[in-house]
Amino acid sequence: MSYERDDANSINRQSFIELDARERAKALFDVGTSRELLGPFDRVESPWLSMQGVTPQADDGCVVMKGKISGQAAVVVALEGAFQGGSMGEVSGAKLTAALDLACADNEKGVPTSAVMLLETGGVRLQEANLGLAAIAEIMASILALRKHAPVISVTAGTVGCFGGMSLAAGLSSYIVLTREARLGLNGPEVIEQESGVDEFDSSDRALIWAIHGGEQRYATGLADALVEDDTQQLADVVRQLIAKGVPPVHRSSQVALYRGRIAALDTSRQWEPRELRATWGTSSSVEEKP
Amino acid sequence: MEQIEFDYPSKRKVSRKAHVGVVGSGDLEVLLEPVEGESSHVFVRTSVDGFRDTWKAVLDRFFAKYDGVVRIQINDAGATPGSVLLRLEQAVEVSEQ
Repeated sequence: MSYERDDANSINRQSFIELDARERAKALFDVGTSRELLGPFDRVESPWLSMQGVTPQADDGCVVMKGKISGQAAVVVALEGAFQGGSMGEVSGAKLTAALDLACADNEKGVPTSAVMLLETGGVRLQEANLGLAAIAEIMASILALRKHAPVISVTAGTVGCFGGMSLAAGLSSYIVLTREARLGLNGPEVIEQESGVDEFDSSDRALIWAIHGGEQRYATGLADALVEDDTQQLADVVRQLIAKGVPPVHRSSQVALYRGRIAALDTSRQWEPRELRATWGTSSSVEEKP
Repeated sequence: MEQIEFDYPSKRKVSRKAHVGVVGSGDLEVLLEPVEGESSHVFVRTSVDGFRDTWKAVLDRFFAKYDGVVRIQINDAGATPGSVLLRLEQAVEVSEQ
């Protein structure tokens, strides 16, 4: 599903991007049903950052909320992009994993519980290197367990975007929701430039970055399920619709033959333009119909 | 990173705790909690070393007006004194709502 740009309404709508992680999570629930688990006053923070001279945050940049969406139990985990680039450390990773596992346990007990991940993250927190990598492996295992029972929805609104190991977590989710401002990719622009040179990818070229990693391109090439405006109400509505849709018959990440076929059919002897890929790979709705 | 602590005499009971802000560049996080007793304790962790006197000046000014008995924890990522005072006032506003 995609929404037309409505510039006339841009003054009245409430921005989702401008909300912090806690406000974002709360905005998705039915009014008055949400409560935070392991909030800042529980002070479960990273033990590793202060050893390296970095000020920790009391919730480790990971907000977990439980409540109801459209009257049904749901958990929302929001990463705070402003704290250490939303990076995943030992604590933030364990919070996300535990939230997904508890949702999975509830489903197994017969209480349908879906999960929404609000991903603004550069991936593994470098200060917690191996622990961050292990956390992402656990998160992916937990998503795979939960998505059999209930939809796991990834939302990236911006401005950080979703990169690194957490882009793999997004890739495993049942549905991906993006805005035009969002970026989604395994390697971020700076990493590609650093590893392969400025000729390969100029990380200062914002038009190039959004033409490749941007939400509109990801949606148009079938790598996201919904493209929304930066509008809190619209985003909450789309999450409701996707939860109502339930578990997809075939998850995107299970369509191995389809994506291998796409890569194999690509003529790499010439430079492809991002726009050509849209025509070649089509939209996500056509992807969903092919098992 | 530097850790700094201060104590201020206070009297008034506060009913609610408050959490505001984020440990993002140029910003800070404030956790304000009611406590028993007649003294407020402030615990600051800041990414910028060597500004103890500036922290004291900002907190002296804050506690010249504020009389709640609280424990305040500040996690700072290089906020300016003006931002610190605004975040403290925001925390008070949330706790008095």
